[in-house]
Amino acid sequence: MKRFVYINDDDQSHDLYCDNRISNRKYTVLNFLPKNLWEQFSRFMNQYFLLIACLQLWPLITPVNPASTWGPLLFIFAVSATKEAWDDYNRYVSDKKANEKQVWVVKKGVKKHIRAQDIHVGNLVWLRENDEVPCDLVLIGTSEPQGLCHIETSALDGETDLKTRVIASACAGIELELLHKIKGVIECPPPDKDIRRFDANMRLFPPFLDNDVCPLTIKNTILQSCYLRNTEWVCGVAIYAGNETKLGMSRGVPEPKLTAMDAMIDKLTGAIFVFQVVVVIVLGVAGNVWKDMEARKQWYVQYPNEGPWYELLVIPLRFELLCSIMIPISIKVSLDLVKSLYAKFIDWDQEMMDTKTGTPSHAANTAISEDLGQVEYILTDKTGTLTENKMIFKRCCISGTFYGNETGDALKDVKLLNAVSGGSSDVIRFLTVMSICNTVIPVQSKNGVLSYKAQSQDEEALVRAASQLHMVFVKKNASILEINFNASLLQYELLDTLEFTSDRKKMSIVVRDCQSGKIFLLSKGADEAILPCACTGQQIRTFTEAVEQYAQMGLRTLCVAWRELPEDEYREWSLTFKEANSTLVDREWRVSEVCQRLEVGLEILGVAAIEDRLQDGVPETIETLRKAGINFWMLTGDKQNTAIQIALSCNFVSPEPKGQLLLINGKTEDEVCRSLERVLLTMRITNSEPKDVAFVIDGWALEIALKHHRKAFTELSILSRTAICCRVTPSQKAQLVGILKSCDYRTLAIGDGGNDVRMIQQADIGVGISGREGLQAARAADYSIGKFRFLKRLILVHGRYSYNRTAFLSQYSFYKSLLICFIQIFFSFVSGVSGSSLFNSVSLMAYNVFYTSIPVLVSVLDKDLSERTVMQHPQILFYCQAGRLLNPSTFAGWFGRALFHAIVVFLITIHAYANEKSEIEEVSMVALSGCIWLQAFVVAIETNSFTILQHLAIWGNLLGFYVINWIISSVPAAGMYTIMFRLCGQPSYWITMFLIVVCGMGPVIALKYFRYTYRSSKINILQQAERLGGPILSLGSIETQQRSLERELSALSISQPKSRSPVYEPLLLDSPSALRRSFGPGPHTDFRTRNYKDN
Amino acid sequence: MPASEGSPDSSSSSRKSSKKPKYSRFSQQELPAYKPILTPQWVITVFVFIGIVFIPVGLASLSAANQVEEISERYDDKCGPQTNNTCERKITVKKKMKNPIYVYYQLDKFYQNHRRYVKSRNDLQLRQTSRGREQAGCDPISNTANPIVPCGLIAWSLFNDTYKFSVKDKDINVDKKDIAWKSDKDYKFGSQVYPKNFQKGEGGIGGGKLNESLPLSEQEDLIVWMRTAALPTFRKLYGKITVDLEVNDVVTVKIQNNYNTYKYGGQKLLVLSTTSWMGGKNHFLGRAYLTLGAISLFIAGCFIVLYIIKPRPLGDPAYLSWNRYPGGGI
Repeated sequence: MKRFVYINDDDQSHDLYCDNRISNRKYTVLNFLPKNLWEQFSRFMNQYFLLIACLQLWPLITPVNPASTWGPLLFIFAVSATKEAWDDYNRYVSDKKANEKQVWVVKKGVKKHIRAQDIHVGNLVWLRENDEVPCDLVLIGTSEPQGLCHIETSALDGETDLKTRVIASACAGIELELLHKIKGVIECPPPDKDIRRFDANMRLFPPFLDNDVCPLTIKNTILQSCYLRNTEWVCGVAIYAGNETKLGMSRGVPEPKLTAMDAMIDKLTGAIFVFQVVVVIVLGVAGNVWKDMEARKQWYVQYPNEGPWYELLVIPLRFELLCSIMIPISIKVSLDLVKSLYAKFIDWDQEMMDTKTGTPSHAANTAISEDLGQVEYILTDKTGTLTENKMIFKRCCISGTFYGNETGDALKDVKLLNAVSGGSSDVIRFLTVMSICNTVIPVQSKNGVLSYKAQSQDEEALVRAASQLHMVFVKKNASILEINFNASLLQYELLDTLEFTSDRKKMSIVVRDCQSGKIFLLSKGADEAILPCACTGQQIRTFTEAVEQYAQMGLRTLCVAWRELPEDEYREWSLTFKEANSTLVDREWRVSEVCQRLEVGLEILGVAAIEDRLQDGVPETIETLRKAGINFWMLTGDKQNTAIQIALSCNFVSPEPKGQLLLINGKTEDEVCRSLERVLLTMRITNSEPKDVAFVIDGWALEIALKHHRKAFTELSILSRTAICCRVTPSQKAQLVGILKSCDYRTLAIGDGGNDVRMIQQADIGVGISGREGLQAARAADYSIGKFRFLKRLILVHGRYSYNRTAFLSQYSFYKSLLICFIQIFFSFVSGVSGSSLFNSVSLMAYNVFYTSIPVLVSVLDKDLSERTVMQHPQILFYCQAGRLLNPSTFAGWFGRALFHAIVVFLITIHAYANEKSEIEEVSMVALSGCIWLQAFVVAIETNSFTILQHLAIWGNLLGFYVINWIISSVPAAGMYTIMFRLCGQPSYWITMFLIVVCGMGPVIALKYFRYTYRSSKINILQQAERLGGPILSLGSIETQQRSLERELSALSISQPKSRSPVYEPLLLDSPSALRRSFGPGPHTDFRTRNYKDN
Repeated sequence: MPASEGSPDSSSSSRKSSKKPKYSRFSQQELPAYKPILTPQWVITVFVFIGIVFIPVGLASLSAANQVEEISERYDDKCGPQTNNTCERKITVKKKMKNPIYVYYQLDKFYQNHRRYVKSRNDLQLRQTSRGREQAGCDPISNTANPIVPCGLIAWSLFNDTYKFSVKDKDINVDKKDIAWKSDKDYKFGSQVYPKNFQKGEGGIGGGKLNESLPLSEQEDLIVWMRTAALPTFRKLYGKITVDLEVNDVVTVKIQNNYNTYKYGGQKLLVLSTTSWMGGKNHFLGRAYLTLGAISLFIAGCFIVLYIIKPRPLGDPAYLSWNRYPGGGI
């Protein structure tokens, strides 16, 4: 179904297509209640509780007051619904903010300022420089004479360079005034999410007579969320709006995320449910048998001889209700509560606040903090996530002198500053090339502040650095370049530009010095492109060394050279250059050949080193997290070389001899297949060795691999701890996440741009960096953090604590429910298997809601190890990853404990309160207080760190139990009137309590002590070490050791003839010999954590 | 990476941001915490302490139980198998019993805690005259037309054996006043509520009848009976003997055997017992304390031995396996 967009037509197209209202909302006011209830009831647990609550309405079978289930159930539903409503309201508010942004739109021939949500398909939208594009537009006019405009698409695809877009050819040359009145029709495909493709036609109506259909491509469009740059204004026709834009379509519907822990809890709940059904059936049958065998003889019970048809069901159903407390109704409320507290702790954490911008971390999804502690794979974006997205000139080597080696920053090097002020000719030439040999445009704003517009961040960095060294590139006027050097104005006439191509790896300009009239060739480029062109006789050894040294530091290097051109040589060359430029066949090749002819005999001026700076703490963060057993994948839209370079410099790939990169590439299916097979083979072989192998794949190969060799690729994903995927599209990123998820790995995706949104939503956990590429990612993500390095704390501290706490809390919830339920079951054996309840309704409800919930809630403050210890021993995260603290076997432990404690409480109670003391209310309270005492001690023994709040909650709760029961006991109407006072006055009551506590806790402590001391887990050892005073091995010592090692080795490696600048050198050659290409020596860190899982 | 950037942190940290999260030790999870760990010393001390405390308490409990003199006499077999007859039993006092001597009747296999039974009562009608028509929950002993007071199975099955004691042909008075809880008499059973339609028709005649001229609050046997027992074997207070019984006194009990336990094969016992600070004669607590104390000491001993023969230093980094392998970055 094609869509026809009538340009600037106020009537026709309005109703056909949606307006530009963005909506991420899930509910409306009307459908909230039914939809929310439906969603809540699709959860098994809620269905179960509803069933129980309904059964309780039948007085024949209910052992307790129905309010004891209905109350908590309604409370739970109200809490969940309120939370959902609040979340949806927040989404509504953020949508509203985007929708109400003001945009200039032509309405009825007049340019008006309207809200972004009121843009309709077909409207003419006017944008100014640096505006965000509100919807997908087809360009029809720009301020630039050639009909060009520049846009930044980073929010869409993550590429940070500026892209050029042109207006539709039919609109070329239309006057500015007439643009308002333009009419026509655009025939375009229905909305899709392909951001690389747009095949449409446009036809303008008279008076813009151009009856030919004008084809449109993606080049003629600017898409939602891009930014207009370096262009004063553009005008476009809205073709897709609202949620139908390319970005909106690729946004995808976020699925509600369920943590691994929730899944485990659900599984355990299912198991308990099965157990419960078994118990119910067994007891139900036993009850019916007993009824027929014994109860009919018990005349005082007066069983009727003939019962109703459902008589056989009555006893099982009673037991079902009696055992329904086995599944704790409070668990969901408790979990929701503590989870929102975990989220709050993340929001509050000052150590995760970006002090530079003042952005605190934020947990948008409050439900998945435990998953952070179970992450196995981190998929990260590169630009803006690992790097600052800022290029900075750091060092240089000018005619054999190294600048910036001591200070780490050439701009602060006194030597260089002196050389500049001293007027050293080499340095001045170097700076001249830096400042003008580029395509940068200086822009002077009204208040005199100079800024630079550059397509390449490298060039901008060089120009900025030059201007800081007093060589200020001031103006570019047609072909006149003006430089301000030490207050004197230098002018150059730009004669020719020899453009940069990825084959040539260098760019040059030819300029004429306006004062002397001399002609110069200025060049800059990769070392391997420039150094061979050096004039004979020049010593290039120092430069080679400089390049190598800088490359070791992970800096991007550029060689700078120049040559004076004799007038006649230039004139002669210039003719051939013009000719080459106008050829139609093989133009690029011809031009480069001609350029090559001029770029010879260069005098190398020096080497500039630029840092595409990593964010603070990125290598450390990655190293720590890798130590913690987390695997890293880098998914980037960037070039392969850059990606590998960054991967190396941030510990992504371990250096030689541990590290190894395997490349998968190819343009055709066959090539990719062969490459994949080969890599897979290598991977299988090396998997047994303690090697750290990574594969590198680009977008093309990835697409083929995913389409045709999905199985092989999945195997590769499992084998490889590290991967670098370059040139991948947003949906490929999401697909990769999907592959890892399908292998049952917990994935975390981190990114900062709109291109990461899908990956972030697809992953189990999405983390957004609120960075320079806007806030899309942060908005879509579950967690937003200011800097990559906070990830370490997010995972190791918050994720781990959350996991531990939830593990305890959930199992404890089952423990306490099972405890009281087992007592009820035991009681049924002495009460004729008739399904009577030992405890009264009030006690049962209060047991779940107060007595046992409050103490365990403060376990959100529990810390088994201090944050410092965890940071120093990130390997400890493995306990969370492997789910060591919550799994069927730990659960079995809690189950056993519940059973044991129930036996203890029950047997002691019925023996201590036998004969004349066996009054039911008293016995019930004795058993209940026994449970409360035990649970207080269980919480205490499982608590690792006691803060004042924990003491208050645990012991205060115990006291609270008595206070509450004293209060109830003083109400004459209550069933248990005076009971508690009576009990508390009996010495035998207290003696019984202590007996229960010691008998219940003694074995627990003994066993725990034994395990703690003789079968200690790593956590225990670290706890002990912490207690003994400080960590065993401080991280500091490891680091210094590593650093010294590094220094030695790097000193070694400089003397070896090795790879050159990692920026331009293709590190990976697709030849069998180069397949196993390894990286520079260095210390190795390797943890075969994957194997832990099997242990 | 050379850390060569300036000092942005110091420059900006001075600038207060409005978005800065509120600092508190709670929000930063930095509340001062005490972190106990299970050191051998601590654990052994705890177990020794338990042993030291429990054994004396156990001995005290045991001696308290031993001070209690208890005589129990099963009579259902001798007086049965028919009900509504009288029989006589002679009980010899082995040790001197000081007054007050409590007289209990004991039933076994009697499920006062049965689901049908335990709920079959209506507390409202027992307390208030105005609610006398309330029959809710009393099924099957209920009648809305002629409301039964007290209704329900519990009251209906009231125990109705009676005992008359004599020593050396001298009757001993059994004090049946104040055998029920005071709170029950004051609040649970109304002083204005009189039995009505009780044991008349509905479900036939179950157990004992009530004197219709006495208010419920004074029907202490009923009040005691209606304090249902949690276990199928239970004793309920029948009365108190306020004279001492000397050694070798032969107590003759005339039993009016009314209550039908033969149908379900349960026993009926008559129990005479003195009391102590721990209550009746119950050795369980004392024995349990002694056993536990002994076990605690034994465990403590085991741990000490284990600690000596197989000492294990706490927090030994050697046990951190990731430090054992080479290539661990160390």
